[in-house]
Amino acid sequence: MRRISSILLLLCLPLAGCQGWQSALDVHGPAASSLARMFWIFVAVLATVWVLTMAALLLSLRRRRAADADPLVTDPGTERRMTITISAAIGLTLVIVVSLTGLSYAAQKVLFAHKDGTLTLLITGHQWWWQVTYEDPQPNRVFTTANEIHIPVGEPVLIKLESSDVIHSFWIPNLTGKMDAITGRQNQIQIQADRPGIYRGQCAEFCGLQHAHMGLLVVAESKEDFERWRNHQISSAIPPSDAEHQRGMEIFLSKPCIMCHQIRGTDAGGKTAPDLTHVGSRRYIAAGTLETTRGNIAAWIVDPHGIKPGVDMPTIQLEPNEVQPLASYLEGLK
Amino acid sequence: MTRTLTPHDVDAVPEPTRLATGERGGLPGVRSAADAPPSPDELRDDQVDGLELSARLAKTWGTDKGLIGALSTVDHKIIGRRYIVTAIIFLFLGGLSAVAMRLQLAQPENELIGPDLYNQLFTMHGTTMMFLFGVPIGEAFAVYLVPLMVGTRNIAFPRLNAFSYYVYLFGGAMIWVAFMLNIGPDVGWFAYVPLSGPEFSPGKRADFWAQMITFTEVAGIAVAISVIVTVFKLRAPGMTLDRIPLFVWAELVNSFVIVFALPAVVTASAMLILDRLVGTHFFNPAEGGDALLYQHLFWFFGHPEVYIIFLPATGWVSAIVVTFARRQAFGYIALVLSLIATGFLSFGLWVHHMFTAGLPQLGASFFTASSMLIAIPNGIQIFCWIATLWDGRPIFRTPLLFIIGFFFIFVAGGLSGIMLASVPLDSQVHDTFFVVAHFHYVLIGGNVFPLLAAVYYWFPKFTGRMMSERIGIWHFGLAFIGFNVAFFPMHITGLMGMPRRVYTYLPEMGWGNLNLISTIGAVIFFASFVLFLYNLASSARRGPMAGPNPWDAGTLEWAAASPPLPQNFDRIPVVTNREPLWANRDSLPVVTGLSVDNREQIVSTITHGRADLRESTPEPSIWPFIAAVATAILFIGSMFTPWAVVWGSLPLAVALIGWFWPKMSTEDER
Repeated sequence: MRRISSILLLLCLPLAGCQGWQSALDVHGPAASSLARMFWIFVAVLATVWVLTMAALLLSLRRRRAADADPLVTDPGTERRMTITISAAIGLTLVIVVSLTGLSYAAQKVLFAHKDGTLTLLITGHQWWWQVTYEDPQPNRVFTTANEIHIPVGEPVLIKLESSDVIHSFWIPNLTGKMDAITGRQNQIQIQADRPGIYRGQCAEFCGLQHAHMGLLVVAESKEDFERWRNHQISSAIPPSDAEHQRGMEIFLSKPCIMCHQIRGTDAGGKTAPDLTHVGSRRYIAAGTLETTRGNIAAWIVDPHGIKPGVDMPTIQLEPNEVQPLASYLEGLK
Repeated sequence: MTRTLTPHDVDAVPEPTRLATGERGGLPGVRSAADAPPSPDELRDDQVDGLELSARLAKTWGTDKGLIGALSTVDHKIIGRRYIVTAIIFLFLGGLSAVAMRLQLAQPENELIGPDLYNQLFTMHGTTMMFLFGVPIGEAFAVYLVPLMVGTRNIAFPRLNAFSYYVYLFGGAMIWVAFMLNIGPDVGWFAYVPLSGPEFSPGKRADFWAQMITFTEVAGIAVAISVIVTVFKLRAPGMTLDRIPLFVWAELVNSFVIVFALPAVVTASAMLILDRLVGTHFFNPAEGGDALLYQHLFWFFGHPEVYIIFLPATGWVSAIVVTFARRQAFGYIALVLSLIATGFLSFGLWVHHMFTAGLPQLGASFFTASSMLIAIPNGIQIFCWIATLWDGRPIFRTPLLFIIGFFFIFVAGGLSGIMLASVPLDSQVHDTFFVVAHFHYVLIGGNVFPLLAAVYYWFPKFTGRMMSERIGIWHFGLAFIGFNVAFFPMHITGLMGMPRRVYTYLPEMGWGNLNLISTIGAVIFFASFVLFLYNLASSARRGPMAGPNPWDAGTLEWAAASPPLPQNFDRIPVVTNREPLWANRDSLPVVTGLSVDNREQIVSTITHGRADLRESTPEPSIWPFIAAVATAILFIGSMFTPWAVVWGSLPLAVALIGWFWPKMSTEDER
């Protein structure tokens, strides 16, 4: 008995793993929860079909013929019974298939129906990071960030998806299914979170060397927190507060960093790499690869190719005493 | 042709007794070329008998010794054997690359394999399994078995068939040599643009992929045409449409799917090569091209591809279920119609690979319906096989064990496919390990398990020796357990958010344990194949002798010797039943009158399988091999310069002229 229960426990172990900040079955939004519900309905129906079919198969393995029976001789009664049974099974299959198609279509209409919201984001996939632009009718309230999205809880958020290079796919499993970002096209998807939390997603369409390291975070928070965050993101970078940060900024501005990165409020205006205006406020750097700590920022600057081989960020020649102030400055860009 | 036909004539079947006495087939009263009187100086097979007949025919149909002889052969059994062995070697290579990937994924942030090699590995794995194993293995069995099963002496267009093998071999060798030189493709087996385009894949890697497609598709279409013509025109007298073995039906439908599906991918890969080589911008949105167009073209081939892999397997399953159930197939007509329905429906599903590409919702949901609908013909087949077993007397030998494994795995894969057919559900699981799990259940369940069954089943026919049952049972056990341990957890890993084609993952994702289980399963699964290899090698040398029909099966290939003589049959059998060897247990009725000293075959009518003509079939020739070499030079050269198409066509033209040079013999007048 103990052995059986321990086996059962072992079998349940993987299911416990369905909890997770990137799990399609750990739902935190209306779309994901209706998808999960539908998933379990499909699983129940299809598992029943599988069990019944396998039971029929196992029962069929009994030897019903005499050893010397002629393989070409068939019994008309048996033939008739089997024909009726199979016809019934096919009829049932048809009913199941049609019902599941109907269920799928109904869910599709609800899920992909356009819901009115106030917030629109333009997300552009790059090899291998996400550029996020918060759109606004007032041009001075438009701002750009990277790899971390904040959204207000309980509100549908429209996301326009584009790609600057190859095809990527935007996917936040806790909230809803995925949508591709296709070169030369714009796709749209809506996401909505029911409760505050941090949900992870990552690129789902193979996009080259660092496809594995193209994550992003969705931070769902209360309306007030969200507005506070947005207003802060719109503002320019905080000027350096102490000598070390000041030196870090000077190093940043004197190096090739500015060719690609932007820090609003300074002379750094590159647009081809993530906007660093508030990089210190983001939880991860390098598209969900490293937690934002001073040490990790330093490691990333010194050896980006050791962490993400093939990444576009070049290795910048720095003096040993330049790394610390630079990392410290960037980490301070809250 | 002076007499009008009556309905009675159309239904008439050549009477074996009449045929056996030397009067040749055809409609009673209707004269055809087969009725022409034999010329007096030509020896015919009713004039000699027994061992002398066998020996003379073997000499006529044989293959010369030596390298030139081996490369010139047109014997479908020799080509088929090479095809099967080559495809299984590619299966092992693909399997090795999979094991390497599994070792890398066994734990988070593993540093065994870097992203560059990993991307090459999964591209090579997918490409090899789909194009160098999946498609060719079904055709390979067709090349070997279809002529035997329909009771003829060689495949139609045997030189084309030989050519196709060499082209396939060169294409497969090319891409693996490229991989060994670290210039293997790294863009995934469907090589989506723009990633595979000139801007994001500089160098030659993607070209190797695209050109490998050209090689294998040329080969695939050539074989398909040979098989179609063999089934339509070379069947033994009396093999009406409803007496064609289910395996042959499966290969016939499969060949048609190949002929219609492969041109789409050849188009896609040719346009990709043109984009890369001469800057045509078919797929470049910046210049008015369209990246999605590639996906449509690729998947218009890519979904039928799944059925190209599965349909031959249904043939293996049908043959093995019938033999080991000791009962003729239940629902023969339903099974044949299901095959044909599957063939047609397979062309209406491709968009379900693109549900997340942002297509209009109503259009996408149409493909949900069509994708789910294919469950019906597949369901009919599964139910008919179960019914056959139900009313039979199952004999549990290794082939049947693998077929039972096929049922368990393939049905599970088919059912998870129903989930993927739903647009909303697919939006969650698309491009995750759930899909990886699904299609391995479908492809390994639907092709590899039946293939292993088929190898155990036909090995005695191929080699004359039985494979070891004891090792076979161990092989099955390890394969079944290893497969499920490897692939079942992937459903869960995928639902937990793990995308496919990632070379590593962060420890905090919580996927480590499941991936470790999958890796352990993969190692067990691979071990089962090592055992299989040992069984093949040891049984080929030391296995017990098989005799012509070790399983007491009913189809014609078991009437030939094991292994078959070059002429397959000394006299062409006459078919009176779907399972000729069960209907005529004492001796098979035969037709006579074919030449002994020339390669003559019976050409029969398509529907009724009446003997219609005696037709000579080509002698061995080195030209197909030379043509294949010239083709390879042209294809490989054209990856480097467009001019290769110009200068490369010269040797090819020479080879084709040599190949088609008029024969200075009298065969056409005979």
